[in-house]
Amino acid sequence: MIRYIIRRLLWAVVMLWVVSFVTFVVFYLLPTAEPAALRAGKNPTPALIASIRHSLGLDKPWYQQYLHYMERLFLHFDFGYSYHYNIAVKQQIFERLPATISLVLGAAVIWIAVGVGVGVISAVRRGTLLDRATMGAALVAISAPVYWLGLLALFLFASDIGKVAHIFPGAGSYVPLSEDPVKWFTSLILPWLVLAASFAAIYARLLRANLIEVLSEDYIRTARAKGLSERRVTRHGLRGAITPIVSAAGVDIGVALGGVILVETVFNIPGVGRLAYESIINADLPMIQGTVLVGAFFIVFANLTVDILYAFIDPRVRYT
Amino acid sequence: MSSSPGASTGERAAAPAGERPPVGALVEVVDLVKHFPITRGVILQRRIGAVRAVDGVSFEVRRGETLGIVGETGCGKSTTAKLIMRLLDPTSGQVRFDGRDITRLKGAPLKAMRRDMQMIFQDPYSSLNPRKTVGSIIGDPFAIHGLERGRAQRKRAVQALMETVGLNPEHYNRYPHEFSGGQRQRIGVARALALRPKLLIADEPVSALDVSIQAQVLNLLRDLQARFGLTLVFIAHDLSVVRHMCDRVAVMYLGKIVEIGPSDALYRFPRHPYTGALLSAVPVADPARARERRALVSGDVPSPANPPPACRFHTRCPKVRERCRTDEPALAPKGSGTEAACHFPLTEQEVARMHVVTGPVRPA
Amino acid sequence: MSATEPLLRVEDLCVRFSTEDGVVHAVDGVTFQVLPGRTLGIVGESGSGKTVSALTVLGLTRRMGAQISGRILFEGRDLVALGEDRLRAIRGNEIAMIFQDPLSSLHPFYSVGHQLIEAVRAHRPVSRAQARARAVELLQLVGMPDPQRRVDEYPHEFSGGMRQRAMIAMALANEPRLLIADEPTTALDVTVQAQILALLETLQRELSMSIVIITHDLGVVAEMAHDVAVMYGGRIVETAPVAPLFAAPQHPYSWGLLRSIPRLDTPREEQLVPIPGTPPSLIARPSGCHFHPRCPYAGPECSRIDPRLQPLPDEPEHYVACLLEPQLRSRLWGALRDGATPEQALRRAGEPARAVELPPRAREHR
Repeated sequence: MIRYIIRRLLWAVVMLWVVSFVTFVVFYLLPTAEPAALRAGKNPTPALIASIRHSLGLDKPWYQQYLHYMERLFLHFDFGYSYHYNIAVKQQIFERLPATISLVLGAAVIWIAVGVGVGVISAVRRGTLLDRATMGAALVAISAPVYWLGLLALFLFASDIGKVAHIFPGAGSYVPLSEDPVKWFTSLILPWLVLAASFAAIYARLLRANLIEVLSEDYIRTARAKGLSERRVTRHGLRGAITPIVSAAGVDIGVALGGVILVETVFNIPGVGRLAYESIINADLPMIQGTVLVGAFFIVFANLTVDILYAFIDPRVRYT
Repeated sequence: MSSSPGASTGERAAAPAGERPPVGALVEVVDLVKHFPITRGVILQRRIGAVRAVDGVSFEVRRGETLGIVGETGCGKSTTAKLIMRLLDPTSGQVRFDGRDITRLKGAPLKAMRRDMQMIFQDPYSSLNPRKTVGSIIGDPFAIHGLERGRAQRKRAVQALMETVGLNPEHYNRYPHEFSGGQRQRIGVARALALRPKLLIADEPVSALDVSIQAQVLNLLRDLQARFGLTLVFIAHDLSVVRHMCDRVAVMYLGKIVEIGPSDALYRFPRHPYTGALLSAVPVADPARARERRALVSGDVPSPANPPPACRFHTRCPKVRERCRTDEPALAPKGSGTEAACHFPLTEQEVARMHVVTGPVRPA
Repeated sequence: MSATEPLLRVEDLCVRFSTEDGVVHAVDGVTFQVLPGRTLGIVGESGSGKTVSALTVLGLTRRMGAQISGRILFEGRDLVALGEDRLRAIRGNEIAMIFQDPLSSLHPFYSVGHQLIEAVRAHRPVSRAQARARAVELLQLVGMPDPQRRVDEYPHEFSGGMRQRAMIAMALANEPRLLIADEPTTALDVTVQAQILALLETLQRELSMSIVIITHDLGVVAEMAHDVAVMYGGRIVETAPVAPLFAAPQHPYSWGLLRSIPRLDTPREEQLVPIPGTPPSLIARPSGCHFHPRCPYAGPECSRIDPRLQPLPDEPEHYVACLLEPQLRSRLWGALRDGATPEQALRRAGEPARAVELPPRAREHR
């Protein structure tokens, strides 16, 4: 197991390196705005642009720039300086990460709890009115675009513009957990619900389908023949049906931690997603590199976690 | 078109008569080995072992006979069949068919050779394409080999085959799901017979069928064999069925043949303790005799990935001695008609004590 | 039958399922009983209703949407009328069941010990540690080597035979009075089958429990059962103690089963006599006797009159549902036993006319 994890971690490093390289090459090969020109203000002289280019190191060949970047990254864990904000990328990302992590992990708790709960009830009571109603609602939740759902939620419930009730703080009310836990929590309720809605619906449908299949397995019949209560029988079923949920959750959380651009934008939450979006608009290469690498890191890490979890869920899985 | 199906497929290139032995073996298997590698690793696969599915097997199938291959899970009987059919490539060893080494045959010669050997499978449900009509399933071999061209001609040939195997030829346009299990197995038999093969390999052809249907298929196979002079390799785990069907029987255990010989001799006086154990374990539909028997071997069949050394049966053998753990016995005649791979073959008293139930041999 | 009170008595049990294609009459008026300490063998092919009958005894067909009528008397209680909670208290406690495929019947993600402990604790207020000790004891009882270690292993780490032993251990957790074994050895190799059958017999003696063994294998029945019920198309067509059933079977379907299997104790060259045709549809059932379309001896009355299960005049424990004259039946079986085909048997029994009336499809498959 340990050897397996070490091997996977080495592969993760290789993966991240490939990602960084591809991002770098894409940035240089594709036509894009001139970062130096963007920084030089209105009507810059060519000399000013040249001097900015020199100070950013943009006048060197791309591979030298890349080597330089890699050298700083590996030796000093330094992601370089943002062209745009003129502060360290690392600092900027680390400042933005708590917001994204708060948003994603909170929403994940909701979507897993709701998805699993609804999925189990629907599977156990399949064919009933309740089942059909929840599955219909799930279909709506899956189809609804996130930004539309977000705007609708604000429109109905935000404390400033809410038409139905002024319950929850509106857009731009995010405060860090360390500053004010209560405000942090209330400000995130709407974003959590909006982000969780479609995931919860997908998970509910996935689990329902899986659980219905598992509930017709021979070992469920055995559980009943033993005289177990229906609660325990359902638990046997859930144990057998949970594997795809775990792998979906791992990947989804990993992807989301790399930035939830739409939700962060709608609710004006200063997270990594918005940072990435802004840095693309500003042709801010070091920042793009940084956010892409952080995103890739979470995805790789989530995949590894899922695979390790598998060994605990399914005793037939053995890693060596 | 004569009444025998596929009779017009006679344009196959006849080999010079001198090359073929007129009698004797149709199939010769020499020291056949098939190991399936066990690999580990995410990207770079390292080989860490092998499932020794077939591990040095030699036998022959004589023209016109039925050879039974019998054994428990993992003994390698189905793998042996696939190796003969060249559906798998052997790790080493040789398969000779009709006097010709077919072990390394590829491409067109392999395709041509496949006309002469056909296989029917255990599961008549999954081995037929559900989206094709019975007519096109049975006619497929003609299409593949470019025979019986023309709609009307092919339909006549297929319907003749359906008649032969006891299917209603009017059901030509039906789909497999419209047939019962026994009828589906007949479809499989008809498809196998289309090209008038010399060799038919039946891999557990009745074990998925209901008891009352099994006899229909067994009788059909026997009739067809007599009618077309087929050579039959019959693979099954059911010892009673094998005895009923086969002239000679090979008993396999963990990739090796432990005993081989004429049915009557093998069932009357099994010499390998494994053969004896198998026979005494078969429940007999006679309450008076059923209660008295059971010489049990203990434990399960070991994994073919890690078979015991020397004699592979020694971990379960009631007669095991030191030599069996160190010294692998070779197949050799034991003076009672069969060849057994055993240092200490069963004696007549031991067989009697095992209550092996065998019915009388009816004089020919 | 014998004067002893039966442990289980099933009376006129009907189980029907409504499907898109129509009503499936899976079990159609079945009556049988199991005496204390004895083994009843139920023989039949797929679709004969044997498994559905057994599952219904445990109440396991209820949630499959079955309509159930009749009575299932177990120690005086009617299980058909019992509420779900009270029935669950009996399941796995007084009546236990084991199934055909031990690998798919064990939960792959729980250790064998966990599943055994659960079975104990479902019916007894014992601690986890006590239940675990019992689990080890049970594994020992079913002949599991090294039970202390194996109790923590998972089903996939067991061989086929060991898995079925674990299933049996689980069924025995609460020392049931009745064990229902549905094709318990069909998925196993023949040497392992012999071990499991021997184990069941030993356990039956030691724990003095009754067994219902469901199988398609007449050899297994001959070996295990004291009494036999032959099922066909959702009904019992013949039932008797094991010796007379094999020595003098009465129903043409029983003859068909006995003559269509190759046996080790008959001459090798003996021709098998298949039962023509295919098992009946349980939705559109044949008129009269359900077996008549496949019966080589059926007369015109067989398609009209549905025979009842009735005792033989001179054998009160031997019941058969067949319209043929008892004397004709014994002449026919006499000929069949000596290797005659159905036509030859009819001729020898002095009924050549019936041989001519054989339906054309029936003749074809011979």
